[in-house]
Order: sequence, then C-alpha cells, then structure tokens
Amino acid sequence: MSPGPALPEDDPDGTTVLSASDVARALTRIAHEIVERARGVDDLVLLGIPTRGVTLAHRLAARLAQIDPAFDAEACVGELDVTMYRDDLRRQPTRAVGVTRLPAVGIENRTVVLVDDVLFSGRTIRAALDALGDIGRPRAVRLACLVDRGHREVPIRPDFVGKNLPTAQSERVRVRLEEVDGVADSVEIAGRAEGDGSAR
Amino acid sequence: MKHLLSTADLSRDEAVGLLDTAARMAATQSREIKKLPTLRGRTVVNLFFEDSTRTRISFETAAKRLSADVINFSAKGSSVSKGESLKDTALTLHAMGADAVVVRHWASGAPYQLAHAGWLDAAVLNAGDGTHMHPTQALLDAYTMRRHLAGRAQGLRSPHDDGVGADLTGLRVAIVGDVLHSRVARANVALLHTLGAEVTLVAPPTLVPVGVEAWPCRTSYDLDATLVDWQPDAVMMLRVQRERMSGGAGAFFPSPLEYARYYGLDARRLATLPEHAIVMHPGPMNRGLEISAEAADSDRAVIVEQVANGIAVRMAALYLLMAGDRSAEGNDL
Repeated sequence: MSPGPALPEDDPDGTTVLSASDVARALTRIAHEIVERARGVDDLVLLGIPTRGVTLAHRLAARLAQIDPAFDAEACVGELDVTMYRDDLRRQPTRAVGVTRLPAVGIENRTVVLVDDVLFSGRTIRAALDALGDIGRPRAVRLACLVDRGHREVPIRPDFVGKNLPTAQSERVRVRLEEVDGVADSVEIAGRAEGDGSAR
Repeated sequence: MKHLLSTADLSRDEAVGLLDTAARMAATQSREIKKLPTLRGRTVVNLFFEDSTRTRISFETAAKRLSADVINFSAKGSSVSKGESLKDTALTLHAMGADAVVVRHWASGAPYQLAHAGWLDAAVLNAGDGTHMHPTQALLDAYTMRRHLAGRAQGLRSPHDDGVGADLTGLRVAIVGDVLHSRVARANVALLHTLGAEVTLVAPPTLVPVGVEAWPCRTSYDLDATLVDWQPDAVMMLRVQRERMSGGAGAFFPSPLEYARYYGLDARRLATLPEHAIVMHPGPMNRGLEISAEAADSDRAVIVEQVANGIAVRMAALYLLMAGDRSAEGNDL
C-alpha cells in the first residue's frame, strides 16, 4: 500500500536512495534468500499486495523461475487486496476495493510469501494476515519488502528486506516501478527535515 | 455518495464503480469463509413498512457478511401499527445509534424524507418506495446483464473479469409487463439509460404510466413485434402487481388468460429471441401469468442468479455508504 500521503510529482526534495540497478540486485538477492529459506521452491506461493507489491511479486517470481525452472511463475503468483480488512477505513474517505486473485495452485498448506513495497507501520501486513486467514490455512507465511523504513506500530517483522532505510516519521518514501509508474525504477526519500518544514 | 435513494441520481462513473465493487464482493462470496470484518461494530437497521422477503433477507445477509449488526424492524407488530409517525420512528432509530437505515415504504418518497428531513444522520438506502424507485434491484439487474452480456455490444470489453469497468453501451433491454405499478421498471430505465443501454417498455396501454414520453426509453404495446423485430439482448419480465390493482385484475386487463396470451413470456416467444439473450424477473414470479414455467426454468433464465447477485450489490452499496469517514465527504464513491 502507499507508504504515506501522495507526493507531488516533482518533489525537489526527493533524494534517490535506490537506483534501478539497486532495485534489481535487491530483488535477485531476496529471490535467492526465499529459495534458501524454503529449501527449494516446492509449495512456494507469492502474494503481492496492490499496487506495487503485485509488480514486485511478479518480478520475484520470474527470478525464482530462473533459479529453479521447476517453479511455475504463472501458477504461483497472486494478489491480495486488504482494503476490507484495514483498521483505518473509518478515518479516511471510502477506498475503492481492489481485486484479490489467488494463485492457481491455491494457498492451502503452502508457504506464502507476502510481497509489499514499503514496510512502515505494519498495519497493512496485519490486515493481510487477517485476509489470508479467511482464505485458507497456509503452512507458513513470510514477508518480503523492498524497503523497511521502521516505525512499526504492531509487532510485525519482515523476513526478506531489500533495504533497511532509517527514516524520520515525517519523511516520505516513494517507490517507483516501471510497470506501474512508467518511469525507471527508483526509491526516493523526501521531506528530510533539514531546516525546512515546507515539504511536510 | 451519502445515501442511495434513486438510480436517477447516479452518474455513469458512480454506477460503474458500484458494479465493480459488487464484483469484488461477489468474489469473496465463493470462499469458504464469506464474512468480512469491514463493518464490524456498525449497525444497520432494516426498516420495512411493506412486506418483503427477498429484499429484506438479501440486505440482512449483505450486512451480516460485512460483520455489521442488523436490526430488523417491520411495521407489522411494531409501534407503527399503533400509529407512530415516520418521524418518531426515525428519531427512535437515531437514538439507538443506527449507522445505516434500509427502508422499504409503501409511500413514494418516504426514503427521501427520511434522508433529508434532518431526523437521522445515518446513511439511507432505499429498498423500494411505493411505485417510485428500487435502486438496488436495478443495480443487481445491471450487474447481471453486465456479467452475461459484456463483450456483446460494441463498447463493452472482452468478457473477462465479469465485465469490470464496462458499462452497458449498445445493449437492448425489453422491460415487459406492469410498468405502471413498477418501481423496478422506473429504477431500471434510469440506470440503464445512464449506463448506455437502450430500453423498450412493453405493456398493455392500461399499464403504461402517464408521462412515459418523458422517460429515456421507447414504448410498445406489442410484445411479439418487439421480440422479433428489435431482438433484445435481455428481456425483463415484471410481476403483475395485483395487490396494487384496486379493482382486482379486471381493472387493467380483461382476464389473466388474455394478459398471458399477449404479454406473457412462453417457450414460443423465447425461441424468437437471439441465441445469447437472457431472461430476467425481479421476483416473486406469477408462473403462468407474466412468465410460463418453461421460460422461467429455461437455461436462458438468470432469475436465481439475480438473487445471488443481489447480495453482492447490496454489500457494495453498504460498503460504499458506510465504510469511509463520513466527514470526509465530497470525494467520489
């Protein structure tokens, strides 16, 4: 889900912390870690959390298929919309409900890797765990995220992290992915509090 | 959107958004655990001043699937039968902390009054008022048509995803029967027009309302000609509402048999329809009057599916009206 309020398109304060090649390397490493942790790709299923988590899940699946051709990238990737499980629905204008597409092989007794772009408060993942529990009973659930920016509000930790990014609460992290945003992959951090307050 | 009172108030984007949300809700209803925690702790009151089985049960099911608490209030056996006014009933509901009120009333306009008189601050959903409107029925009809006919006419996308995102541009819908007393017909004409479909009303002259020329649709007195010449994609049969015909059936047409001959859908008329056409009925059906058993039970009939879709559509309406922060209004659906 979005890591904070939307940023204006051309935020002059944005500092790039991950370039396109950094993102690619991080995903490759995560893919290897997933295989190592699961001791293979049997029973592995990836579930992306919209919007960018879905894109990342598809990219990870392509890498898993390269590592082990036995992994069926088509049948083992899905997307999980958590809108109806969020705890902040009443604090915001009505959100549009997204689509949930389960992988063709299902999630029952499989190792599910949830994939999201930015891990922040952890509340989205809490909602995702609830949503998952209503769909079935995976053997294990793991969490992969491209950026962990800290400031957790619930006891949730990631298993696979692209980059740990220490941030202030007021800063914003923006992930751009080519498939979604139409520009080269990047992770930017904005609103650094160096004597200005304007970007908040 | 604060209330759902009339399909005439919905813009095309709002209507398509509602149908898309219904498609998401429908996807959750094929799971083993159908309940979602979305409206936990919120209260929906079903306020029914008129008999209804399927609409009330459908709303009740929808609210419960979203984890809302449901209170059923029917006029029979309540203080309304002792003479309580709509206003006092509304104030009582307000005091009980209702977050949404689903209202069915015999008087056209009662839901509007409830929503705008300042008695309540809950969301009001019209579940049928007099001969005026029945918006969730029209929405579930449109949802059913979109599921079956998406990709048929130009302007519709490929038939994946149950037609999500598409409207009904180019579809031809015949609405047949007791248009005069039908809020379903009125709600459908407005919604289908908004979504881009063409509508023809078919009814005996006595059952066509005054002022129908101003509606965005065509009218015909001849069912056979409409089915054969116009080749509708969907035929919606309306129930002959004998309880609203004060003089008995004889006041509007000579005999039930004559009505069935001229305006009933039977196997012969079904055979004149295009291959893909679907048969709809809002229920409850008068078998042998407006629809023959053969037509009602044919594989073209989607009447039972309409009931299932009703739950998804009502879940979507409750979600869109209740889930968000109501002080942050002014945003889209």
